[in-house]
Amino acid sequence: MIVTQFLVLGAALFSFGVYGLLVRKNIVLILLSLELMLNAVNINLIAFESMLNTPEAIGQVFAIFVITVAAAEVGIGLAIVLLIFRNRRSANVDDLNLMRW
Amino acid sequence: MTFTDWIAEPVNWAFLAIGLAVLFSGFRVVTAKNLVHSALYLVGALAGSAGLFLLLSAEFVAWVLVFVYIGAVVVLFLFGIMITRAPTGLDESLDSRHKFWPALLSIGVFVSMAWASVDAFGSREVLVTGDATATELLGESLLGRFVIPFEVVSFVLLAALIGGITIARRDLTPVEEEERASV
Repeated sequence: MIVTQFLVLGAALFSFGVYGLLVRKNIVLILLSLELMLNAVNINLIAFESMLNTPEAIGQVFAIFVITVAAAEVGIGLAIVLLIFRNRRSANVDDLNLMRW
Repeated sequence: MTFTDWIAEPVNWAFLAIGLAVLFSGFRVVTAKNLVHSALYLVGALAGSAGLFLLLSAEFVAWVLVFVYIGAVVVLFLFGIMITRAPTGLDESLDSRHKFWPALLSIGVFVSMAWASVDAFGSREVLVTGDATATELLGESLLGRFVIPFEVVSFVLLAALIGGITIARRDLTPVEEEERASV
């Protein structure tokens, strides 16, 4: 296995995430695309860890940090979605035009 | 390294199978016309990534991914989809009409990142010994050199927990508050 194959796969997943982030209108789906991007980063971190074989497994430690932060982000993100839905009766980003001029 | 050399390694067959599944699921996450399907395809993409981590002998991270993401995060997403009463059937209004520029941008992102990594690393091998990385090593690293980031991350989780409750909690209306006070 060469490291590039994992990096290219990660890049492909990341670009899918970018596409989803820009195209989707539902907030929950935007958060899903964000998760896809974070996961692409994790693949890169683990691949680099396997390539470098650091004595302290730094790549894997960072991947665990990324997973933790992603979990926190989903919790907060969905709480905000819930609040928006309660106030605007919609989970569509196009309806959030209060601060738009 | 030619493609024939590359495909001759049996482990690369596994990579190819898992990688194609991950790419397909990832593609469907951003294109599916059904919210629930989108969330379920994310499960496929994450499970495939966990398989890739196993290939790279990162066993602990692979199972953490399965537990935290598939076990908790996706369930939370499904919960979010259900509670926002989003149209769970086919829905054309999930996507913006303007798809050309996002597609072009994401292809540009992919080409530049893939080109950069091929250019930088070429055919550098991944060193996989066959042994899983000892969880003991990870634990010592987390509570040794990375103990401060570890504590910071746990604080972030606590803050997210409290913040999530505070944000999502419904404030009582003045009438309800009076009722509660009079009891």
